[in-house]
Amino acid sequence: MSAIALYVHIPFCKKKCYYCDFNSYSGKQHLIEEYIGALKKEIKMYKHVIDGYKVSTIFFGGGTPSILEGDQIAIIMDTMGKYYDIEKDAEISIEANPGTLNYNKLKKYYAGGINRLSIGLQACQENLLRTLGRIHSFEDYSKNLNEAREAGFTNINTDLMFSLPGQREKDLEECLEKVVSLGIPHISAYSLIIEEGTLFGNWVRNKTIVLPDEEIQLKMYHNTIGYLKEKGYIHYEISNFAKPGFQCEHNMVYWHNKPYIGLGAGSHSYFNKKRFNNVGSIEKYMDLVSNKKIPIENEIDVSIRDEISETMFLGLRLTEGISIKEFIERFNISPFEIYEKQIKKFSTQGLLEYDKTHIRLTQKGIDLSNIVFRDMLLD
Amino acid sequence: MPDDRQERTRNFSIIAHIDHGKSTLADRLIEHTGIISQREMQDQVLDNMDLEKERGITIKLRTVRLVHRDKDGKEYYLNLIDTPGHVDFTYEVSRSLAACEGAILIVDASQGIEAQTLANVYLALEQDLEIIPVINKIDLPSARPDEIKREIEDIIGLDAVEAPLISAKEGLNIEDVLEHIVKRVPAPAGNEDASLKALIFDSFYDSYRGVIAYVRIMEGKVKKGMKIKMMATDKEFEVIEVGVFSLEPIQVDSLKAGDVGYIAASIKDVRHCRVGDTITDALNPTPEPLPGYRKVNPMVYCGIYPAEGEKYEDIRDALEKLQVNDAALIFEPETSVALGFGFRCGFLGLLHMEIVQERLEREFNLDLITTAPSVIYKITKTDGEVFMIQNPANLPEPQEIRIMEEPIVKATIMVPDTYVGAVMELCQERRGEMKDMRYIDENRINLYYEIPLNEVIYDFFDALKSRTRGYGSLDYEFMGYRQSNLVKLDILINGEQVDALSFIVHHSKAYTRGKAICERLKDEIPRHQFAIPIQAAIGNKIISRETIKALRKDVLAKCYGGDITRKKKLLEKQKEGKKRMRQVGSVEVPQKAFMSVLKLDD
Repeated sequence: MSAIALYVHIPFCKKKCYYCDFNSYSGKQHLIEEYIGALKKEIKMYKHVIDGYKVSTIFFGGGTPSILEGDQIAIIMDTMGKYYDIEKDAEISIEANPGTLNYNKLKKYYAGGINRLSIGLQACQENLLRTLGRIHSFEDYSKNLNEAREAGFTNINTDLMFSLPGQREKDLEECLEKVVSLGIPHISAYSLIIEEGTLFGNWVRNKTIVLPDEEIQLKMYHNTIGYLKEKGYIHYEISNFAKPGFQCEHNMVYWHNKPYIGLGAGSHSYFNKKRFNNVGSIEKYMDLVSNKKIPIENEIDVSIRDEISETMFLGLRLTEGISIKEFIERFNISPFEIYEKQIKKFSTQGLLEYDKTHIRLTQKGIDLSNIVFRDMLLD
Repeated sequence: MPDDRQERTRNFSIIAHIDHGKSTLADRLIEHTGIISQREMQDQVLDNMDLEKERGITIKLRTVRLVHRDKDGKEYYLNLIDTPGHVDFTYEVSRSLAACEGAILIVDASQGIEAQTLANVYLALEQDLEIIPVINKIDLPSARPDEIKREIEDIIGLDAVEAPLISAKEGLNIEDVLEHIVKRVPAPAGNEDASLKALIFDSFYDSYRGVIAYVRIMEGKVKKGMKIKMMATDKEFEVIEVGVFSLEPIQVDSLKAGDVGYIAASIKDVRHCRVGDTITDALNPTPEPLPGYRKVNPMVYCGIYPAEGEKYEDIRDALEKLQVNDAALIFEPETSVALGFGFRCGFLGLLHMEIVQERLEREFNLDLITTAPSVIYKITKTDGEVFMIQNPANLPEPQEIRIMEEPIVKATIMVPDTYVGAVMELCQERRGEMKDMRYIDENRINLYYEIPLNEVIYDFFDALKSRTRGYGSLDYEFMGYRQSNLVKLDILINGEQVDALSFIVHHSKAYTRGKAICERLKDEIPRHQFAIPIQAAIGNKIISRETIKALRKDVLAKCYGGDITRKKKLLEKQKEGKKRMRQVGSVEVPQKAFMSVLKLDD
């Protein structure tokens, strides 16, 4: 029986962070109840679509999913349990912001089936948290962390950011040390991405904020990798680090270019050689679903060339690289046949390496991965 | 019944500065005489190329015959011969004017007379035309018709007391203009029984009938079946059709002295039908052609290359198509190490060049890389050989050159006196020599300069406009060659000389120009995995250097389920951009970088 991953989008936030370009809205919490109702209907719509698939992972992302009460999460989980075939030990994650959690809520999440917690800390220094527009402190984080452990959570991720305006190398070091010393088994460390249409996008353009020099950014990245490896973490994806056995299975679905269904406003799906996404507006989404209409806004066919291209640029994000065997099983052709020229060129340039089983980026290749990815797109 | 057609014919042009409302007035005249209903009337009927509409200037001449009934009910044929409105096309303007007996001079009621207006008035006066001043845009609040009338009298010396005050846009007093034309423009002279003399003032390529000559019959007559001869090129053809221009061409039996119309004679090559040439009867030729013919020669050259190498043949096809309607455009294949196969094209001037480039891009959907414009230099080698070059790449080694000469133009710049300082500074920067300076009224000045053409072709016009807040206007004509201390400046990217970026420059400018180009290229060339030196050199001597730092980080930190489509699009876009880059050694140079060196005045 084939496996499928589910993503559930919770587009609500108390306050939108300055760098954020996700589909999330603040000041719309009064719609939460109604939104959950719509989610339940959408879940039902997919019953026949994914009939015969076993749900291997579920991920509540946002927004701030932890804005939902324990019971609300439980209702969504129950509905999915009613219509879908969920694997017994499926990885079920929820994203959470410090300050939105408490012991009771966490207890209910856990009881509802959530078994992995991803906490967005981003930084430890007050000034940096303010710069980012975050509304919590490091103390909120450590308090919530204790409560989570008391409630039973052991599989916990913490998100961190670097290349932030005003961030010094030692700020990042301090942050990594603190999180590592708290025994967190999974760390995502992201270099800040400046997106058009965000406040940060405007501020960078008009020079209200200045990012660290490219060399400093790279040094921060390399220091992070060095330090976390030294502390026993596996650097398994460009921005992701885990103690053995704690890699995020849900995200591996994306990087292995496997199918997933997205539920909720603005969520994306990859299923049956198609990529499609729901309407982003909460109101439109609820309106369509309550009228028994499919809330899909856009759908594109994935040709075999697209699929190969995507498999390459997603798979190469993993430090393990692309499994040659799996590639051949999937496409009936060797990656060396399709990408002979590129593999040769990038190996010579020291960006790519391969052995009998895998093709992967070197560290330099990771630093310059877009150069490689571009060339992996087939015409 | 006696044929008094000649007596009832008026041939006239409209002359005006850009934007002073020539096309709009033409539209109104057409509308008023009723050959077209208002409903059918597209704005600005005469300017029928998209590009012209956007730029508000006329590139190709258009001609139309209006039928006007005056107050007494008498019908007149008014042939409106449109003229192109730019300094590059002075010769064509002069030929159009030669086909007329009169000209309407439009002067903007707030802006007054400008350099180009004056230049065109002088051209009209040379042809002995009756000039009817018309003051346009009197509906605007800033209109000052009385002052403008005085200006016309003081500066040009025309009686403007009775000048019609109109608003072409609002259709105000258009009738007045028609009355003036009938009353004041003389009927054409010319004997229809004399031997044929027809002046070609424009041509047009029709895929069925070949080149169509737009003519004014000065003497004699022409009809279908007649054998005609082009006097400049000595080619003979048989007339297959003659006609006049209503809004659509209408076939007629014959054209005779005084008429304006067209002749089709299965002419295959536009070069056999040159503007300014005289058509005569092949069996009974006139001994003397009409005066004023000259073969127009390109003054400005540049290389045109496809942004994607495979499109070379498409560019050739497009250039050939443009050339059938544009005898002044010339081109020949050339090869560049950096850009591959392309064409060296010659133009009348900068505007002509820009128009051709834009038409190639828009009408033929081509993506182009154009090299820096160049003029024609005259080289005398040490062995005494003299020759002309228009491609810097063909310049001999410095030690083989005895004398280099460059073309000089006479430039007339009209400017409000507050900007005189700015203009003098600009001209000085561009190696101009001031020859004279004259007040044309209390606050406007004409500056007369001799300037090397190669300084004018680098965005001089843009610089003039920006430094005079749009008030400065320019007119120039070729004067001759002058010896000059010129050097060839080469650009090296990562140690490799890029032929397409080489250009010839006065030695005093080499350093600043070289430095500016290196800086531009530094901004335009994307970073590579290695550092790239950008150098400007004269011979073996490096005069400027910039370095593009190596790219060390190009990575997307996040890529999850919702990001994949978007990130892939981003990568695809970057890949598309890369496709349009040219490989110079191991460096990929974007199309934009080649173009960025063309504009230097910030």
